[in-house]
Amino acid sequence: MEAEEEGAGTMIEDIYSNGGVEKRTKPIISSEQMDVEAYASLYSGRTKITRLLFIADQCGNQSMQLEALRMAYDEIKKGENTQLFREVVQKIDGRLGPAYRMDQAWADNVDRRAEQRKEKLENELNSYRTNLIKESIRMGYNDFGDFYYAHGALGDAFKNYVRTRDYCTTSKHIIQMCLNAILVSIEMGQFTHVNSYVSKAEQTPDALDPVTVAKLRCAAGLAHLDGKKYKLAARKFLETGPELGNNYTEVIAPQDVATYGGLCALASFDRTELKNKVIDNLNFRNFLELVPEVRELIHDFYSSHYASCLEYLENLKANLLLDIHLYDHVETLYNQIRHKALIQYTHPFVSVDLRMMASAFKTSVAGLEKELEALITDNQIQARIDSHNKILYARHADQRNATFQRVLQTGSEFDRDVRAMLLRANLLKHEYNLRAARKM
Amino acid sequence: MESIEALIAHIQGLSASVEDISHLHNLLKLAEESLQSVAPRLSSFLGQLDPAKHSLGYLYILEAYTSAPIAREHPSEFLVSISTFISSCLAEQIRLAPDKFVSVCKRFKDQVLLLQEPLRGIAPMRTAVQKLQSSPEHLTALHPDFLLLCLLEKSYKTGLGILKEDIFEIDQPRDFFLYCYYGGMICIGQKQFRKAMELLHNVVTAPMPTTNAIAIEAYKKYCLVSLILNGQFSTTLPKYTSSVAQRSLKNFCQPYVDLAYSYSSGKISELESCIEINKEKFESDNNLGLVKQVVSSLYKRNIQRLTQTYLTLSLQDIANTVQLNTPKEAEMHVLRMIQDGEIFATINQKDGMVSFHEDPEQYKTCEMIEHIDSSIQRIMTLSKKLSAVDELISCDPAYLAKAGRERQRFDFDDFDTVPQKFNL
Repeated sequence: MEAEEEGAGTMIEDIYSNGGVEKRTKPIISSEQMDVEAYASLYSGRTKITRLLFIADQCGNQSMQLEALRMAYDEIKKGENTQLFREVVQKIDGRLGPAYRMDQAWADNVDRRAEQRKEKLENELNSYRTNLIKESIRMGYNDFGDFYYAHGALGDAFKNYVRTRDYCTTSKHIIQMCLNAILVSIEMGQFTHVNSYVSKAEQTPDALDPVTVAKLRCAAGLAHLDGKKYKLAARKFLETGPELGNNYTEVIAPQDVATYGGLCALASFDRTELKNKVIDNLNFRNFLELVPEVRELIHDFYSSHYASCLEYLENLKANLLLDIHLYDHVETLYNQIRHKALIQYTHPFVSVDLRMMASAFKTSVAGLEKELEALITDNQIQARIDSHNKILYARHADQRNATFQRVLQTGSEFDRDVRAMLLRANLLKHEYNLRAARKM
Repeated sequence: MESIEALIAHIQGLSASVEDISHLHNLLKLAEESLQSVAPRLSSFLGQLDPAKHSLGYLYILEAYTSAPIAREHPSEFLVSISTFISSCLAEQIRLAPDKFVSVCKRFKDQVLLLQEPLRGIAPMRTAVQKLQSSPEHLTALHPDFLLLCLLEKSYKTGLGILKEDIFEIDQPRDFFLYCYYGGMICIGQKQFRKAMELLHNVVTAPMPTTNAIAIEAYKKYCLVSLILNGQFSTTLPKYTSSVAQRSLKNFCQPYVDLAYSYSSGKISELESCIEINKEKFESDNNLGLVKQVVSSLYKRNIQRLTQTYLTLSLQDIANTVQLNTPKEAEMHVLRMIQDGEIFATINQKDGMVSFHEDPEQYKTCEMIEHIDSSIQRIMTLSKKLSAVDELISCDPAYLAKAGRERQRFDFDDFDTVPQKFNL
């Protein structure tokens, strides 16, 4: 609020600086294409492959697509997932030359080894089970889970990880079980499981180490994000400790924490919350340093430089749409942020010149009018538009009149309802009488 | 033959005091069958009686007489004789035999309808209703017939007079359904949509063991009136509605539900295409006129919404946003709404601009205070009535027997298990 409560003179200057020539000399990021290699290097394990494949599906750009597929191919070759391998080869379809064709020998080899390993694991597990050694059974199921996970059978992996639960003896085991289950559920997109295992892990009696706490926060944040609960998601991401570092690259990179958390916070927090929980949050500042664009746009938003904030957002959009977790929510988040910006802009004023406002938001007056109309209809802005002079006037509801109106309305509703109720009661009574008469 | 003459003599002699009349009533009940058998000859005896003095006897003989087909041969005389009887009879006497009175009046109504002169029936039926009512809260079997005649004659104002009385006591559910349905239609005719909605709501939510045609037709109109009045319609009925109505009513009225859905989009074009598709159905239901009012209400609602968002707006913009063809049309709509007090605005014809104002009502005038005061009074009487009815029901033996039986069973389960265990 303090920015708005400054003298009116500086405020107006600010508005002009928004709309007019950009005075500040900071580099605005161009909408350059995503560097797939740099992006992929942030992740490890299966998520790296799925993210690459997602980019290949979504980008709609031949060279980028092939680049992503090539890296996915290389990555899969390091692992044992033949199913995924076949899919990728099919997608490449020979476009990357002979080095990236179907390597049948490799696939067969891997499959054969997998069969053998599975047999071995089964034998081991059976012997453990006959001996009833709890810890060994747990390890056996865990190995099975790892095995299935590596081969891409996520459902089986999840089942086996969860089975270890009965054989957990220490809270460390429970946490391991939960983390494994969370990892697999995120891969499967089953975010309800994620939620329940996060809370299970948080309930363990022993104090958790900071890395685990950070991991759990991230997982919970992702689950909330998926459920479109942006405010809760923002809180979880903001609570994530800096210990996360590069320890959870099989799920999320610290850059993502900054982006997800920042955008969700912008879309759902009010000004004080934004200031206290985001801008003044030392932990989160570390994350924001990794993605300077997001940091800048949050600061711009807070200091009411909406034009440059929206410009940053527009530039980021193309890349965000390639993010496997965020792409579904980009539009909603952007809309919410834009609405917030509009609402905040109008909030302190009694009257606003629409032309000035339109230039601050880099849009046309007519377009702005439509947006404002929608917000007013939704009762998000209490104002009315003077379309003739292009001015927005704040509207102050007359509480006395509104109360009178409501009282009269409630009275007549009560009147109507009670009369209808008495009538119904009489009808019921009548029917009851009829039935009694028939019995006699 | 003699017995009838004797009966006439009894009627003449026993019509003065209350005891005499109840004695006479018994005699008449006994003579009912013999009266039926000689029905065609009864007209001559009617002349010997004075309807104002011997109302009960007159009623019995008139009823027997009118049941014979011969009475229909001179419809005009028939109507005159009944209407004079209705206007001159004594209310206390005819209330002793309400069935007879109702059946005479119904024959009267049928005859009026046959002659297609509903106007002739309105005044006598109104008197009949008033005479038959034990109190203004009493819904008689003649209410629906009276309203029907008003509807056919399009004399809605006369009908409204009866509808103003709040009814509470009901003889027959069917009368109640018809009363509310016809009443709703009369209110629609007078554009009193609030009252119409209330009446139709009563039909739709009334307890009913099976669906009936009246409820279905009422539901259709309820849907349309709700759109006109509130701009929305929800297919979920309140919880107290009978389960039959909740489940099946909307299945019979799909076109209307579709209409409500397209209305909620706020787009005239969508609404009109929906009407076009279902036009025949609306026409066969005789609801097309009401459907057209729904369309114009959407225009109004869209303009009203603009007053929430704009202080000034050009007529051209109004025409564009509410999908009217020309600014001229928009001006007409706005003008009419200003006249009807639905919006507060001024039109500036020079610039083609409309400026919207806030509601000038400040709730400070004497009239407003009086209005509020009367509302408070009304609600106070109503809540007194409510607690009286509540008391009455909690003393009602039928209710107590039912409620008590259930309570007992509950108590039995609750307390008897423990001693049983000890017994084992």
